[in-house]
Amino acid sequence: MDAEAIRSERDSGTPLIELIGITKRFPGVLANDDITLTVERGEVHCLLGENGAGKSTLISILSGMTVPDAGIIRIGGTETSMNSPRHALDLGIGTVYQHATLVPTLTVLENLILGNTTGVRLNEAEGLRRLDELASILGADVDPHAVAGNLALDEQQVIEIIKALWKGKAALILDEPTSMLTPAGVGELASMLQRLKGTGLGIVFITHMLHEAIEMGDRVTVLRQGRVVGTIAPAELRSTDSERLRDRIVEIMFGEEANELSDVAELHVEAFESISQDEPDSGGGPGGQVQSVGEPILKLERVSLEPSQSSHGLHEVDLTIAEGEILGVAGVGGNGQKELAEVLAGQRPIDSGSISLRYNGAFIQIGRLGVHSRHEMGLRYLSDDRRGEAVVGTMSVAINLVLKRIGKPPFWKRQIIQHAEVWQHAEATIKEFDIRTPGPDTNIGKLSGGNIQKAILARETASDPRIVVYNKPTHGLDIRTSLAVRERIRQMAADGVSAVVISNHLEELLDLCGRIAVVSKGRIVGIVENGPNAERRIGDLMVGAFAL
Amino acid sequence: MKPTDTVPPEMTDEHTVVSDGLAGGPSNADDSPGISLGSSRMEKIRRSMLLTILPLVAAMVVGGLFLLALGRDPLAFYATMIHRAIISPSGLQETLIRMAPLLLISAGLIVAFSAGIWNLGGDGQFMLGAALVGGLAASSAEVMPRGLMLVLMLLIAGTLGAVWTIIPALMKARYGINEIITTLMMSFIGVNLASLLVKVMFLDDRPGIQTPRTPVLDVADRLPTLFGTRVHSGVIIGVIAVIGVHIMMTRTSLGLRLKILGANVKAAHHAGLGVSKLTVATFLLSGMFMGLAGGVEVLGVQGFVRADWNPSFGLVAVPLVFLARMNGWVTIAFVFLLSVLSIGGELATRDAGLPNQFGLLIVALVLLFMTVAEYFESRRLRGERTVWATMADRILSKGDAAGE
Repeated sequence: MDAEAIRSERDSGTPLIELIGITKRFPGVLANDDITLTVERGEVHCLLGENGAGKSTLISILSGMTVPDAGIIRIGGTETSMNSPRHALDLGIGTVYQHATLVPTLTVLENLILGNTTGVRLNEAEGLRRLDELASILGADVDPHAVAGNLALDEQQVIEIIKALWKGKAALILDEPTSMLTPAGVGELASMLQRLKGTGLGIVFITHMLHEAIEMGDRVTVLRQGRVVGTIAPAELRSTDSERLRDRIVEIMFGEEANELSDVAELHVEAFESISQDEPDSGGGPGGQVQSVGEPILKLERVSLEPSQSSHGLHEVDLTIAEGEILGVAGVGGNGQKELAEVLAGQRPIDSGSISLRYNGAFIQIGRLGVHSRHEMGLRYLSDDRRGEAVVGTMSVAINLVLKRIGKPPFWKRQIIQHAEVWQHAEATIKEFDIRTPGPDTNIGKLSGGNIQKAILARETASDPRIVVYNKPTHGLDIRTSLAVRERIRQMAADGVSAVVISNHLEELLDLCGRIAVVSKGRIVGIVENGPNAERRIGDLMVGAFAL
Repeated sequence: MKPTDTVPPEMTDEHTVVSDGLAGGPSNADDSPGISLGSSRMEKIRRSMLLTILPLVAAMVVGGLFLLALGRDPLAFYATMIHRAIISPSGLQETLIRMAPLLLISAGLIVAFSAGIWNLGGDGQFMLGAALVGGLAASSAEVMPRGLMLVLMLLIAGTLGAVWTIIPALMKARYGINEIITTLMMSFIGVNLASLLVKVMFLDDRPGIQTPRTPVLDVADRLPTLFGTRVHSGVIIGVIAVIGVHIMMTRTSLGLRLKILGANVKAAHHAGLGVSKLTVATFLLSGMFMGLAGGVEVLGVQGFVRADWNPSFGLVAVPLVFLARMNGWVTIAFVFLLSVLSIGGELATRDAGLPNQFGLLIVALVLLFMTVAEYFESRRLRGERTVWATMADRILSKGDAAGE
């Protein structure tokens, strides 16, 4: 059955795409758990859910990149085993991925005919004809001879959509297409989707922004932890006013968080006892409100970073962190969290504003100081890019543990390395932090993510930390290690060490933090005191339910 | 492309392989041969056999086929080669003399490559150092004592070599511009500028000189020779430079910083190592050794610089330093091997009535086969199947499919 045949059945009542009981397991993760959903012709089906809810896995199954462990895929009523992206394209399913797939040095036309030629010669005339056809459907003005890399992000995305539709006449899958778009770009995208719907195309649209789902979607499915936790049918979507829809979706997305929290709290006690039996309980329980907070230690005033092609930048960020405080930073990934962390650590110079740190009783400007000086002053940073940035994978655990103290005694004397000192320090740290490694001389890149994180944690919290910035401290870690990391953050806070915790897991922030700042497009859109209603208010801020 | 991404991908690959065993930690920080005992010692011997002797034999066999095709006796050719390069005292001296510039260039390359910086402009840095020394040495010798003159000349050569890397260094550190291109371009300029200096500024304009060249430095004013031989003390400078660099890379904080820069630029940035400063320092240090090599070659061997002289040592040393995995001791051994091949090759080709380039052919074959051996060995260490086994499998399974 070809794409044309699939589409021509539009009036037969058979859904375009049916997923029945789709299950996909990765080592340690149940990414998709018995997911059933349908995509109809001429309909925009929105998928909502937090990071790690299983959206990406579902997309890669639909685009033929991943084959599910169990479940049935029917395209136009016929069961199919989609086992390659080529196969998906042949069935008429085109996908626009989050990352760019255009070759930046080639022209638009070259990019489009690149993957779609059968012979040796490129058929430009045929390509131009198809491009015109698709551009007119989309209502877009496209210069076929423009170099892809010179186009703005909005324009590039139009080309990505045309590329996905080049063969695919049945369905279009868009993975977070609005995340890098300007508001005007989002508006244009919405009108393009309207036009495409009119041709009978089925569209799957993934987004983090609630209002987009409500405005553009005909049907909304919410995923959580790999399962479908709620669906809003077209009739309901059309008949309910957007205010109530928002409430409804936020409830589906975050509503049961309180119950989950109590589960985790139990786990937390177990794990805490088994990991560090001889340590006294510091008293900072889940909920995190029981924090004795001291004087301010770090102040950010109107800190800004210019936006760039790949980043929203930062816009006039004001923050004050007190001694012993654990401040959370929540938000959809890629909204300025990394920039904030790097600005604090000194890895990225700020364009304007000021950062000051209390040191020896007085606030001093640290905006112009480098990573090294800030580290010495007790400002530490655990990067979320553990393997790529936080450690040198081809070097030993021992060396990585002293990576930020190179040249300093006792590990170096007169700039000569003291192997015995480095070795002893490594052995003691490995024991204290329970880093599972064959030995101090093992290359750290060979360890698991959790053990690398323990090593980084050990390094960054060694020798008088005063304020530690954690970027996704427990991302990808198993529950035991996660809880050990959280416990460490909590204990240090009890000892007066402040923390800035950036996390995608709201539950984690609610567990640890006293206050939670919510970022969106490089701005702090609100700071929420942790309390009974906090998850709801953070959820609202995160998905843009409140106007700025 | 972001500045940090400009390291070519093949570079990072090389480094993953290279950093194995070189990276710190008390047990493996010392790579000097002969320290490990027992089975690992056997393993090391087996490895070095596999990675040097085998390629050498393979290169000889292929070179032998060429010789046969040219109507020469390969065995006689190789016998002459070995005799002229190692066994005859004068040949051995020539070999050792040839090592001096190669050792200094290798020292410069070890620094650069360990830090992940491709300084391929060695020839330009070398020639400028050489030309300036060639132009100034003879006249300086008339006004100052020999010792002072030699030290001054070496300082000038080293400084000029370093200065010639400043433009690529700043372009790399500030804008992330690929140094492969910039150092190569600066090298072209450097080589031609050196020639220009010789023809215009430093020309020895006495009558009867055919090719333009600088004034000749008196033999008595050149680098002191060793133990009554013709081997000059530049060889010692070269050995000290390579060992010094090796110790710096394995023992000092600067060495570790450079290796981190080479292994993972993002981590270097994250650890606050001052990536820009380290990058510039690496270029300067590397260029200094290149310039020094030029100075030593003029002060020890040539005594003058001819406008058309360019031995192109820079690029020959590149594969060699990589094959030695930036290890100083192995580099010294490889430089010796290369010198034997190049001196022996030059003399044997002359005897056999072949063009000089034939010697270079043998050198190139050895480097090529060493690279191939290195590739197979790293595959074996990673536990991958050999190409041959995979190929055999394919052929067999195809046969099965056809039979069904």
